[in-house]
Amino acid sequence: MTVAALIERLSLETVTVADPDREVTGGYAGDLLSWVMGRASEGDAWVTIMTNINVVAVASLSDVACVVLCENVPVEEDVIATATARGVTLLRTEKPTFEMCAAIADALNGASV
Amino acid sequence: MSEETLCFHFDVDGDDFTSAGQASVQVKKLLRELGVSPEVIRRVSIAMYEGEINMVIHAGGGKADVLVDETSIVIILTDEGPGIPNIKQAMQEGYSTAPDNVRSLGFGAGMGLPNMKRYTDHMEIESAPGKGTTIKMTVEL
Repeated sequence: MTVAALIERLSLETVTVADPDREVTGGYAGDLLSWVMGRASEGDAWVTIMTNINVVAVASLSDVACVVLCENVPVEEDVIATATARGVTLLRTEKPTFEMCAAIADALNGASV
Repeated sequence: MSEETLCFHFDVDGDDFTSAGQASVQVKKLLRELGVSPEVIRRVSIAMYEGEINMVIHAGGGKADVLVDETSIVIILTDEGPGIPNIKQAMQEGYSTAPDNVRSLGFGAGMGLPNMKRYTDHMEIESAPGKGTTIKMTVEL
């Protein structure tokens, strides 16, 4: 499933989208950045409530497909600008992490059938 | 390392936590230009980012040198911080001495050194209290 398809299926807000055609191959949830870097896989949708500037670096270096920010957490302008400059996709939802993960899992499982 | 070794040097600013990772991002770009595989780039840049973050959190910054040749990528991180009293303990997942302000940013999970070891083929740590820390990591190509 592509990032664009995930956005449409889950009605995600697009904060900044680098590559709508990027394939989302899995998901990972976590707010501890080093933990995420150790465990998330390339191509994952990373679900988190963290929005500081280091999230962009972690997303970029881990090469996740997109970051899904939950519970409508606010994002500073400089974070959005850095994400855009580094080709990191930031999406947002009002849903809490648990619900978002379930929805992403459903979407990915549905796509693979 | 052969005669064809490329050397890159970076100074890691210890004051600005928000800019931490700039050296890793630059290395990622350089390796991409050199045609290194995406998986190797991912491993090298994550290991280096963790090292950078550690130098910012614990040592007031430091230096990063990256050596690339046909067979391997070597990352050498050097700081003049307080040193690591017990390296074995520091290598345990979840062990952290990071202060609260760092934890609130999502760091300090005690995963930095374990991640550096996980993503590289060899890692050597030289450190002693009061004498700083030097970490050499190698990723085979």
